[in-house]
Amino acid sequence: MTVQTLEPIIRQQRFFDGMEERHIELVTGCASNVRFAEEQFIAREGDPADHFYLIRDGMVSVECRAPHRGVMTVQTVSEGEILGWSWLFPPHRWHFDARTQTPTHALKFDGRCLRTKCEEDHDLGYELFRRFMYIVGERLEATRMQLLDIYGNRY
Amino acid sequence: MQNLAELADVATETAPDAITAGLLRREHLSRLLEALRAEGYTVIGPQIHDGAIVYDHLTSVNQLPCGWIDDQANGSYRIQQGSGSALFDYTVGPHSWKQFLYPAHQRLIAAERLTRGFTGSTDGMPDQRYAFFGVRSCDLHAIDLYDRVFLQHPYVDPNYKLRRQSCFIVAVNCGHAATTCFCASMNSGPRAKSGYDLAMTELPTGDTHRYLIEVGSQRGAEIMATVPYETATEADLQEAEKVVANASAHMGRALDVRGLKEMLYRNFEHPMWDSIAERCLSCANCTMVCPTCFCTTVEDTTDLSGSRAERWRRWDSCFTLDFSYIHGGSIRVSTKSRFRQWMTHKLAAWSDQFGIPGCVGCGRCITWCPAGIDITAEARAVRESEINGPCEFSRSTHDSSNP
Amino acid sequence: MATATELPAVSPVTDPMLPVAYRIQRVKQETEDTFTLELVPAVGKGGAAFAPGQFNMLYVFGVGEVPISISSDPAKAPAIHHTTRVVGVVTKAMRLLKRGDTIGIRGPFGTHWPVEEAAGKDVIIVAGGIGLAPLRPALYRLMANREKYHKIVLLYGTRSPEDILYRQELEHWRGQFDLEIQVTVDRAASSWRGNVGVVTTMIPRAPFDASNTVAMICGPEVMMRFTAMGLQKRGVPDERIYLSMERNMKCGIGLCGHCQYGPLFTCKDGPVLRFDRIAGVLNRAEY
Repeated sequence: MTVQTLEPIIRQQRFFDGMEERHIELVTGCASNVRFAEEQFIAREGDPADHFYLIRDGMVSVECRAPHRGVMTVQTVSEGEILGWSWLFPPHRWHFDARTQTPTHALKFDGRCLRTKCEEDHDLGYELFRRFMYIVGERLEATRMQLLDIYGNRY
Repeated sequence: MQNLAELADVATETAPDAITAGLLRREHLSRLLEALRAEGYTVIGPQIHDGAIVYDHLTSVNQLPCGWIDDQANGSYRIQQGSGSALFDYTVGPHSWKQFLYPAHQRLIAAERLTRGFTGSTDGMPDQRYAFFGVRSCDLHAIDLYDRVFLQHPYVDPNYKLRRQSCFIVAVNCGHAATTCFCASMNSGPRAKSGYDLAMTELPTGDTHRYLIEVGSQRGAEIMATVPYETATEADLQEAEKVVANASAHMGRALDVRGLKEMLYRNFEHPMWDSIAERCLSCANCTMVCPTCFCTTVEDTTDLSGSRAERWRRWDSCFTLDFSYIHGGSIRVSTKSRFRQWMTHKLAAWSDQFGIPGCVGCGRCITWCPAGIDITAEARAVRESEINGPCEFSRSTHDSSNP
Repeated sequence: MATATELPAVSPVTDPMLPVAYRIQRVKQETEDTFTLELVPAVGKGGAAFAPGQFNMLYVFGVGEVPISISSDPAKAPAIHHTTRVVGVVTKAMRLLKRGDTIGIRGPFGTHWPVEEAAGKDVIIVAGGIGLAPLRPALYRLMANREKYHKIVLLYGTRSPEDILYRQELEHWRGQFDLEIQVTVDRAASSWRGNVGVVTTMIPRAPFDASNTVAMICGPEVMMRFTAMGLQKRGVPDERIYLSMERNMKCGIGLCGHCQYGPLFTCKDGPVLRFDRIAGVLNRAEY
């Protein structure tokens, strides 16, 4: 894990499009390359959330367990997409399980490290929060569509 | 007005030496009816039933509402016997001619179940030919609008086409207008200009009336040739003009049609619709009396044994809740949306669909609305609200805030 | 012009309200509430050829008629397939029919998918639920002329894995043709291997060139609306996006007035409509 290897990879990601050099450097400083086997838990509900992931390839299920329902997949995250935003706000705990469906490569970002850097450099904070806000908005809209159950008998 | 005659395959050119106009005395008017019946037509004309002037089988001139006049207003229709002896001194009642050209109940198909499958045949072809006696100009235009719906590509209604082709039209020019009339605004009257076989204007000369008859087609000329008409003088023609001018001068209402389509399209959310919805009962009266409303539904039925099936076409109305029903619910649930659909279709969408607005200004919807809703007033309210800013709708009974 | 009293007879063949008899070859249950009827003309060569996206009015003797899109390969006409859900009296009666029974067909009616216009371009097809059925004829056409198109992408979303239509066929297409197929479901148990999420979430990543593409969308109106917005965000011009609208139909030939969508008759100006024509009214309530 070296800064020189990851920076070009990070710069290529759509998520970081338009980010200034100095911020990319800061972000890279908190990044590492990780790999998961299939059916592996990346995160468990309730665990401390001090990281987020940018999936490079593979597919990850966001899951929820409920009595009588078993394990339900509420969303999948795949190439180019972000997994996890609970690192942004206290109590910094994962709200769902995240489990890989396939062998998965991802960039893992140290949330605690980034939180500190965001406090020191509010511009970096703005850049990250803006991007996360966009994703959260997209996810909210998609979730609302799922809630509408549009394929049901009454739509 | 589009040359509807072309669409209906009706020959209109008259022979070069044929009669173009003539004068018929009152006592000879019955000869006109007889000539039509001799030609095989079932004559339909105005007469009084249940306190209204309606269109029904006419076998004698004596059935015509002699001396009767009508008094119409929002949600109000009255007829009374006047002191005169005119035969056509009223305007239009609840009936239009659409019930004869496009019957309210029409069997389309009769089918029979076979051992394997079924067989069916087209049904409901008309077995009589109608002569319409006393068609006002607004209704002539309504028939033209119906032609645009049913005689154009890609699908021609065969039943309508046959009825239309075989139908003889004797128009009558209006001598006065009801307070609910606005044909002048819609460019559909009061003078009948084309689309008829014969057109009458009742000339009130002294005690006995005379009738200027103008010929509009070859078959009109042929019928005319069998009745004892006299030459129409210049004075007669001028008197006829005065009769119609009287109607023009006393139009009860007006509808500003400039940019009407675009205005209604862009005012989809205008508070006027909410105000109307509080009054509208969605009773569908307007669609029943409107001469250009054409919506129907198709019903498939079977007999008790299940071996014979029929397909019927029935008049329908966009005001019904299930008109827009589609798996699980209707699209237009609120009364507001259904009224808006009707008025916007009539005054705006019609133009996009068929070239001209679907309204002929006959005023029936205003007269026969039990809530007295007036589309000319509503259209005016929208137009005025655009000039003066948002319009205040104070008819709302529980409104607490200004729009 | 005839003034004679006899009136010319109307040939049954030219009466668009008279159904033509078709025989059921097979009834296939696709999912819990969806089934496909495979039909051939009962007598002779039968009906006209159809274009992808068109629909027929299906008549169950003595019960009634419903409009259903044709879901089969146009090249196999006059044999036709209709895939439908059981949603009312007529479809319920239709589901009880068996091989050898007869059904009445009127059609084909309506406008079709712009398969010809898409030549030389990418094609992005987004289907939601049973919306895949009216799009399937277009897919057959595209695949029959594969060399005429650049990238072809199918995004298909449905409620759950049990509701996936034409599953085997999708696998077959994936394997046989140069076709990118992505399937997603709104909800699933964790045993489902694949995307979970609404179909619109797959649009940002889908591999097509927005500046040179034709989009065809079919599904619930809400889904089509959001899909069109998602495609707009990608940069696909409104004039290159096509939707298939659905409204109550009684006659199917533009005369009964029921299917009106503003000034448009869904049965003859549609059901396939170009998005720029309706973009301004798609989100209007009770329109």
